This record gives sequence, C-alpha cells and structure tokens, in this order.
Amino acid sequence: MIHSLFLINNAGDLFLEKHWKSVISRSVCDYFFEAREKAVEPDNVPPVIRTPHHYLINIYREKIFFVSVIQTEVPPLFVIEFLHRVAETFQDYFGECSETTIKDNVVIVYELLEEMLDNGFPLATESNILKELIRPPTILRSMVNTITGSSNVGETLPTGQLSNIPWRRAGVKYTNNEAYFDVVEEIDAILDKSGTTVFAEIQGVIDACVKLSGMPDLTLSFMNPRLLDDVSFHPCVRYKRWESERVISFIPPDGNFQLMSYHISAQNLVAIPIYVKQNISFFETGSSGRLDIAVGPKQTMGKTVECLVVTVHMPKVVLSANLSATQGTYNYDPVTKILLWDIGKLNPQKLPNLKGSLSLQSGAPKPEENPSLNIDLKIQQLAISGLKVNRLDMYGEKYKPFKGVKYVTKAGKFQQRLSEWLLVHTEV
Amino acid sequence: MTDSKYFTTTKKGEIFELKAELNSDKKEKKKEAVKKVIASMTVGKDVSALFPDVVNCMQTDNLELKKLVYLYLMNYAKSQPDMAIMAVNTFVKDCEDPNPLIRALAVRTMGCIRVDKITEYLCEPLRKCLKDEDPYVRKTAAVCVAKLHDINAQLVEDQGFLDTLKDLISDSNPMVVANAVAALSEIAESHPNSNLLDLNPQTINKLLTALNECTEWGQIFILDCLANYMPCDDRESQSICERVTPRLSHANSAVVLSAVKVLMKFMEMLPKDLDYYGTLLKKLAPPLVTLLSAEAELQYVALRNINLIVQKRPEILKHEMKVFFVKYNDPIYVKLEKLDIMIRLASQANIAQVLAELKEYATEVDVDFVRKAVRAIGRCAIKVEQSAERCVSTLLDLIQTKVNYVVQEAIVVIKDIFRKYPNKYESVIATLCENLDSLDEPEARAAMIWIVGEYAERIDNADELLESFLEGFHDESAQVQLQLLTAIVKLFLKKPTETQELVQQVLSLATQDSDNPDLRDRGYIYWRLLSTDPVAAKEVVLAEKPLISEETDLIEPTLLEELICHIGTLASVYHKPPSAFVEGSRGVQHKRLPARAVITLVKRTGLSGSNMGAGLGVAPAAMPASLGGAPAVGGGLGDLFDLGGGVGMPTGSYVAPKTVWLLAIKAKGLEISGTFARRGGIIQMDLSLTNKAMSVMTDFAVQFNRNSFGLAPAGPMQVLTPLSPNQTIDVSLPLSMSGPVMKMEPLNNLQVAVKNNIDVFYFSCQYPLSLLFVEDGRFYRQVFLATWKDIPNDSEAQFQIKDIHLNSDVASNKLQGSNIFTIAKRTVEGQDMLYQSIKLTNGIWVLAEMRIQTGNPNYTCTVPRIVYASLLHSQ
Repeated sequence: MIHSLFLINNAGDLFLEKHWKSVISRSVCDYFFEAREKAVEPDNVPPVIRTPHHYLINIYREKIFFVSVIQTEVPPLFVIEFLHRVAETFQDYFGECSETTIKDNVVIVYELLEEMLDNGFPLATESNILKELIRPPTILRSMVNTITGSSNVGETLPTGQLSNIPWRRAGVKYTNNEAYFDVVEEIDAILDKSGTTVFAEIQGVIDACVKLSGMPDLTLSFMNPRLLDDVSFHPCVRYKRWESERVISFIPPDGNFQLMSYHISAQNLVAIPIYVKQNISFFETGSSGRLDIAVGPKQTMGKTVECLVVTVHMPKVVLSANLSATQGTYNYDPVTKILLWDIGKLNPQKLPNLKGSLSLQSGAPKPEENPSLNIDLKIQQLAISGLKVNRLDMYGEKYKPFKGVKYVTKAGKFQQRLSEWLLVHTEV
Repeated sequence: MTDSKYFTTTKKGEIFELKAELNSDKKEKKKEAVKKVIASMTVGKDVSALFPDVVNCMQTDNLELKKLVYLYLMNYAKSQPDMAIMAVNTFVKDCEDPNPLIRALAVRTMGCIRVDKITEYLCEPLRKCLKDEDPYVRKTAAVCVAKLHDINAQLVEDQGFLDTLKDLISDSNPMVVANAVAALSEIAESHPNSNLLDLNPQTINKLLTALNECTEWGQIFILDCLANYMPCDDRESQSICERVTPRLSHANSAVVLSAVKVLMKFMEMLPKDLDYYGTLLKKLAPPLVTLLSAEAELQYVALRNINLIVQKRPEILKHEMKVFFVKYNDPIYVKLEKLDIMIRLASQANIAQVLAELKEYATEVDVDFVRKAVRAIGRCAIKVEQSAERCVSTLLDLIQTKVNYVVQEAIVVIKDIFRKYPNKYESVIATLCENLDSLDEPEARAAMIWIVGEYAERIDNADELLESFLEGFHDESAQVQLQLLTAIVKLFLKKPTETQELVQQVLSLATQDSDNPDLRDRGYIYWRLLSTDPVAAKEVVLAEKPLISEETDLIEPTLLEELICHIGTLASVYHKPPSAFVEGSRGVQHKRLPARAVITLVKRTGLSGSNMGAGLGVAPAAMPASLGGAPAVGGGLGDLFDLGGGVGMPTGSYVAPKTVWLLAIKAKGLEISGTFARRGGIIQMDLSLTNKAMSVMTDFAVQFNRNSFGLAPAGPMQVLTPLSPNQTIDVSLPLSMSGPVMKMEPLNNLQVAVKNNIDVFYFSCQYPLSLLFVEDGRFYRQVFLATWKDIPNDSEAQFQIKDIHLNSDVASNKLQGSNIFTIAKRTVEGQDMLYQSIKLTNGIWVLAEMRIQTGNPNYTCTVPRIVYASLLHSQ
C-alpha cells in the first residue's frame, strides 16, 4: 500500500514528507527529479516512475507534485485517486491547495494525512468525517482556541464512520433547509479547419449543495433520462432504482458534493455553439504574416454566449503581433507564443473580428507545425445536451425545503485545428 | 496566526529551547512545543534528541496532544528503541479506554512502532481489539495485524492472528470485512502459496454483500480479492458478474477498473451464445470511455489497461475510436498511449478517419509524438491491407514537407511496408532516393540502404548510391555497416558484372578493418559463400523473406491472458507479468484466465505435433511405472495410496522415504540421500547430507540441469554450519518452476550438481510427478464430460493398480491430498467410477477415470489425454 508521500514544489524543493510505514529516505525522489527534468513541462512528467526498489506515483496539482512511494503491487489508480483526494481535502480545509497554505497549516496537514491513511490503507477520506475528527482552521476558532486552550481535534468517534451511510453525519440541523443542484456541462470537441466536427462529446456533472436537517431521503427525476446512458454516481446513490426507474434516489451527504457525472458521446446530441473562421498566412518573402479571425454563433438555443476567449498557439518564429480587435482585448506573449483574445459576450448583431499583421523572425523558414486554436465560453441557463431536471422529492423529513436547479454550459477541451500556413507572394 | 511560526528559530539553539518548552508546566505551552517539534519533523529536520521530553507529554487527557505525541513516536521510536519502551504502559492503558476512538488510536499507533520490544507487548491488546465490541476498533485492529506481520511474521502466525483475521471476513460490519480482506491480501502477497484467502462460494457471498455497503476503498480491496476466485461453473460466474456490474458506475475510477478486471476474467467462463454475455460486453464500453475524461494521470493508467482490453476483446471498444483522438494539450504520455490504441482499433471501416488524424498529428510541435504518428501510419498500412495505398501516399506527402525527422521516420516505415507488400509500391523509390542526403539517423540510413539493396535491379544508379555510403564506412554505426554489407552483396548477386570492385571493397572493409565481430563474421560468411558457390549464395542472400505482419506489435497471448488477470495493477501499466518486476513478492503465482479456453483447446489436441507427444508421455508413462513398484519414480498413484493410517481425511501429499542419491565413495566422502515433497503449494527437495570423510565440509551450493518442468532451486541451499566428519544434516530446499526447460528421458529425471569446499559432484534423481500437481487442479464439472468425450481414443492409457484395500471415498480423499481431485462419481453395476482431474504446474490438464470394484483390491485407471492448456515452455 501507500508507503510515503512527498510534496514537491515547481522549483524542485521538497517541502513536506509523511511516512505511513518505515521511513524512506527522501533520496528516492532523485528518480522523480530526473524524470521531471526530462519531461521539460511539469504536465508531462509520467505518472508512474519505476526505481530500483520502489515505484513513484505522482500527480501534479496547483503547482505541487504529490509524489507517493509504493513498494508492493498496488493498483496505481487507487493511489492516484487517493492523491487527488488529498489535494481536494487541502483545498476544502484551507480554501486553496498551495505550498503557502500547506506550510502555514503544517500540523493540521500532518494530522489529516495521519487520519486519511493507516499503514497505507485509506482510513477516513470523506470530508464530512474528517471535519468531525479534525476541525478546519478558521480565524475565529484559532482565537477561541488560544484563549480557552481547547483543541482542533474531535474527541468522539465520527458518527458516520460506521453506519451504512458513512458519508452523512447524524444530527444535522439547519434553520433554512435548502437543496440546490447545478447541472454543469462541458463540451469537449475537436473541429477541423473548416469547422466540421471531428469529435465531440459532453462531460456533465451535477453538483449539489444540500443543507437539510435530519436524514432526508431525496429523489431526483429527469424529463429526459434517456439521454443518460453512461453515468457515474456518488456512493450515496441507489443504483438499483436508477436501473429500474431511471430516478436518482439517495440520502445526501451534508454540504457540497458531486452527485453524479455523465458522459454523452452520441454526436448528434452535441451541439456546437459557435463557429470560428480563421485565416493565417505568411508572405513568402519578407518576415511578416497576416492573421484574421472571426467568431460567430452557431447552435446557441437562443441563449447568449459569454466569457468567450480564443487562444492561439503560434509557431515559434512569430515574434510579435500587431492586431486590432472589433471587440474585447488581445494579448500576444512572445515567450510562450500564445495569442489570447478575450472577447467577452458574443453579440450576434455585431460579430467580433481580430485581424492585423504578424512579424516573424527574419530569415526563418516556413513554420513546420500547425497552430491550434482553443476556445473558452460559457452559456448560462442551458444544458447543451437538453437534459432537464423534472422534480425533486424529499421523504423521511417533515419540513419543506427550498429547492433550485441551475444549468450552465462551458467549453471543456474545445479546439479547432487551423489550416496549414498559406504562403502568399508579396505583391511587388 | 499560522503554523509557519513553528519554523522560526532563535539564536540560542532550537533544540535547547524546545526542550525547555516541552517541560513547561503550562499545558498550552507544551502543546505548542510539540507542534513545533512535529513541524520540524515534517520538513525532515532531526528532532530525535527530544525523544524523552516528548514521550513525557503522552500521559494526557487532551486528544490532540496525544495524537501529536503519537505522530512523533511513530517517526522516531525506531531510532530510540529503549526509550520507546517507556510509552508501552500508556498504550496498554489506552487500549482499555472506554472511548473507542482512543482504543483504536492506541492499537493503530502501536502497530506503527517498528520496535521488536514493543511488538511483544502489542499482542495482548491486539487480541482484545480484534474482538472489540466496537467495529471501528475491530477494523483498525485488522490493519494492525498486517502491520505486525510486516515487522514480525512469525509472531503473527504463532499468536494465531491470521485465523482471527480470517474470521473477520464474516464480520457483520462491511468496513471490517473490507479491512480484513485488505490486510489478508497484503499478507498473502509476501506468502504467495499460503492460501490465506481461502475463497469458497460462502465467503464470496459474504464479500459480495459487503461490497455494496463498504467505502470506495474497501470496494477496491474486495473486488481485487474477488478477481482471484475461480467460480466453479458458468452460473456462479454469471451471478458474480451481475452483482459486480453496478460498480462500473462508481465515481472512483479505481473501483471501476477493478470491477472491469473481475468482469473481464469471469466473462471467460460464460458461453458466448448466452444473451447475458452480449449484454455484459455492451456494459463494459461506457465506463472505459468515461475513464478517459478524468485527470491526465488517471487517463494514463486507464489507457494502458484499455490497450490490453482491446487486444483481448476488440469488440468492446470498436465503435469508440473517436474518444482516442489526441488533443493538443494532452500530456505527451497520454498522447502516445492514445495513438497506440488508435492503431489497435484501426479497421477497414474507420481507416480513413484514422489516417486523417494521423496526418494532422504529423504536423504537431512535439517531435517524439510526430515520429510516433508517422510510424503509426506505417502500422496502419500493415494492419489494414486495403488502406496500404492511401498510407503510402500520405507518407509521400509527409516526405515532401522535407521536415528532417518526419522524412527519416517515413523512410523507416516505408521499408516495413515493402516487407509486407513486396513488389507493389516500388514506384516511390525515386522519391525516397531524393532524400538520401538528409538522412542522419542510423535507423533511417539502414532502412534506406536496405531498400536500395533489396530493389537494386530496379534502381539504375544503385551502385553509385551504395558507393557513396561506403566512403564513410568506419564512421557509420554497426547497424548501418551490417546493412550496407548485405545490400552490396545483394547488388553484386543481381548485377555481378559492374560491381565486382565494390563488393571486394566492402568485404575487405568488413573483415579486415573492423573490430566488430558480428560484422567480421557476416563478412567472412558472404566471402566464403561467394567464392565457393555463387548459386548457393544467391539462394541464401536473395531468399524470399517471410512477410511481416501486425502481430509483431501484439502482446504474446499467454502474457496477455496473465495481464488481463492483473488489470488495474502496476503489471498492467508496464505490460509485464508481476514476477518480472515486483520486488518482495517471491515466486508470484502466475494467474490465468479461467476455463472456457480449455474447451477450445481440447479440439486442438487432434492437430498435435511432436510437442504434444511430450505432454502425452507425462501421465500414462509415469503412472504405470509406479505400479511395477519401481522405486525410482516413487509416487505415482500406487504410492499415493500406500500411506499408512488409511482412514478418512486427506492427509496431505504423499512423501516417499529418502533414498540414497549420491554414494560417499563417488563423492569424496559426501553422501546425499533425499526425497521430494509438496507442502502448502511449495515444492521442496528434502536432503540429508552426511560427511563420511575425515575433514570438515563447508560452502555447500546446489544447481540443477535443465529439466522437463523447469524445476530450479528457489534460493540458495542453507547449510549454515560446517559439516564435521560423521555428521548428518537435513536440509529442505524450496524449488520453483521458473528454471529453463528441456525434455528429459525419463520425463521426471533431474540432474543435480552439488558443490562443497572439496569438489563438485553430480547425480541424477527422479521426482514423483505428483509433485507437480497443483492445488487448483479442480476441473470444471460442467465441461468435464464434454471434454472427456472430445478426447480421441488414441491418446488414452489404461492400467491397473493392485492391492488397494480402500473404498472409493477413502481413496478419493487420499488422492485429494495429493491434488488429484474427484470431479464426479458414478456407480454402475457395483462399480464405482471416479472421474478425476489433475493440473500440472505447466498448465497441462490430465483427466482420469478410476473404476473400483467393491471388494476387488485392483483398481483400473483410464487416463486419457491431457488437455493442453498452455504450450510447454520448451519450444
């Protein structure tokens, strides 16, 4: 099982270590550093690294490498999932998961790690349970603690720990009982240069924020559950009822959690909300080029597209860009070679356009690589797949809760490939 | 106020200051001091000098302080064992605390203190905690057994904790069950043959019940454990699959993949025409696709596993090609894996799409990825014949880009395409030749030279081209030199008149001016061939080459089967069997997919070649031999019955008495007698070494010659003390089956070399075949009869075992002790017919029928042949 954990920042400093079995020398991380160097980009470090006596399984989150050491055959996914859980727990406890917050809260971090794993076996990873065992730091509490001398550590056994519903603690009480659900859909798509869909799918999640007293038993039903054929549920969901009735029946954890995620890959169901027309060309002689990008709405179901951002990865030879945008602002970073055009709201009456000239390294040959264009956007009040929640019913408790559902569609990994560089002869 | 204050230091010396604070009277100050100590510890500072002071803080009601002290103890107890003993009393007291949290905490922490003296005191509290009324304590105690086992395995066995742990599998609380399974699995890993997780339909049922109710992590442990079970028939297999399927919708990807493993394995047993089989196949695709929308690291592991799954069952994902399309911001390790899977899924139906993608990738930024993409185009051409033409033209387009590494990579793959489709695309050679000068990588140069040599007759200036390479012959890498030598010889054989000078030049370069033995040898061979028999030379050098096929990229089927059993593990990420690389798992058992495969294999026996003959020899030849009482074979069926006692229960495998293998007069005074035994799944060679010489013998070592079943010593022979004159010492040598294989005559012959300080001695002995009968040799009842009938008569042997005064039940029990399993029993006309199965370590199945006439002491045994479950390693 998981033997040790090392936290390493982007500069290669090892700033925290925790061992669940015997102590393993931190020199084992040298193999990691070697791989890190080889990978150049931090994102490209291979997740599983083999060393003569150990395996290093690592994730990269928030500019921190979580490097775990294992010695025996352990499912790597298990380790990776656990590491993500650690990162999420830090985020949950300290508001953000960064080197500074971890160093600032090192003792709580240590207590948490000890509580999450025993001998390498996961012990308590549910945020509800952890929070009963170790209270998260708040300014108020640390003040109270300093004055009264009381501690951050719970003295009693968490109630959820052993019940059949380990995700919920007993005795929850709210004055305002409320249950909100966010249906968030992300479009992952690859479009070719003419805008035709090469591949498209929707990754959806339903995030819940449930603050209900007692032991509520909820049932969520959809208008069109047939859309969902590939789903992953939070452990609280009763799978049998989904199988037989296509409703989501569950006793919710307290607070925020992800109720389910789903995946729609049938391409006729994936609408592409906008189109991008682009033209980038280089003059065969001389060291300049031209760029022209226009964006317009395609299938927006009558909603407004917001937070529209277009990112282009330029070839290395492009030194600078002199462009003008009819809407929004643009920025070209000559170091990373990224052109970023922040458009904002898409106005269908007046389509945004970015054009102008590019200057290139003189004497450089025609760029070899094709650029790619990334699109970010957001559409409020729309689930692009058409998924609609029908109703939410509550059993087991008497009060009337406030209920609400919000929909939002975003671009996930949404990219369009650009045409090969067009070579143009300069007019003499 | 943040914890960073704990890192501030003063001039006076940190340790000194902390010491004072730890001994402060004020509780709050104490706690702050311990926090400072912990903070230093987390960044790897050595604060072990504070040990006594920190331990003094342990006696407290404050749970947080207690936990902090425990954290410290776990880290430093090892370096201060004498001090650590001071903590024992508090631990023992805490194990009796009314608060279950404290009881659990105490037993948990104690297990983490890796000091022998402490572990002694741990046993009693642990025993209590394993039976605690509170499940939270029990589940913590279960893990503690695994910890203790890691520190002192013998102690755990002696104290009977393993049995208690096994009992916990039936615990009423699912979390306790899950932890018990996890602990047992971890212990079992260091004892591969210990049979700790004795799975039977009852325990399986308990596990499946717990599966629905335990935490996500517990589900992983239980699923991985289930995957080791062999269902007795397809009905059981289906019912397990049905209960595991809902796990495919779990949010935790590790749960999903473990469930996939169980399903992939048990599916093997389902008949293909069953409706459920099709349903299950359909259910597997969506969760696998979903894994690809997770974080990159998860995707990587998922992709490595999907790579195995598509090789085993391509039908599952054949319509999902598009999810493997590469996004430009995928990490490189994800990109490369996706590419590989795309090729595996490529077929005539989707090849156009795949090629369009690959061409797109060939213009990306990342050089490694571009190379792989170009190579992938070549692999497509080889895999999908109809697409070859399109692939070649795509490659030519890419060559036109003149991007150096793209051109080189393209030439390497075009060479492979030529080898798959000879005489089809030679028209492109001209284009290739244009790029000759830009090739600077050995592999590309070698490929180009191969092409020129192979098609020399169609290239007008082939001699000039090759000559130009020859100029810098000594600077080329060995790969290029070898290729150049061969190419010029080919050219010479095709156009002997113009190239005589060239060939002489290359031959002398290769044979006289080179230090490379391969090159010299090849040069000399060509030289001799050409000078003695040019016709023969032509036949050899220009012989028709076997076509290459896509299969060269595929994982070899037996390895693939084993890897499918290891889905989700490190083995699946590295595509190597665990035995090849996991440290600490001595003699990992090779896992195999269950049975349906066996039936299809039976049919193949009809085609058996000489290898099959070798297998056939096994049982019938050996068993009758033992009837004749031949002591050398010792231990066919006759001997197995011969056990004294005689009543009822299986008494374990039969062990023949030791016989003398090496006479003292032949071995300068060393006499060796011995026998073989199978104990708990481990094969052992029991030896008695007697010193009949006048001087002391030391430095014993043992080695085996190659043998039919790959027997080899699993470790060195342990003779710790020197053997003085007239002393006898008994040694037990565990054997593994991982040695080199060679068929011996007789089959069970074993040649042994023993070395001591005096000399090396050789002897041979014969092991009983029953040694090789494995514990999971129970054939599937449902398919036994069908298999039995399918076996041709001519691969049957019949013999009698005489003078056995046992009834059939006793006989069957006794045989089971030696892993001969009775699958079914019939009584016909006063005759008991026992149908039995045996499985050998190398995967060969032996099916047998034994007829017992009540009152007749002679048994008749029919041993038809052997179902070939896996090919002998020996070929």
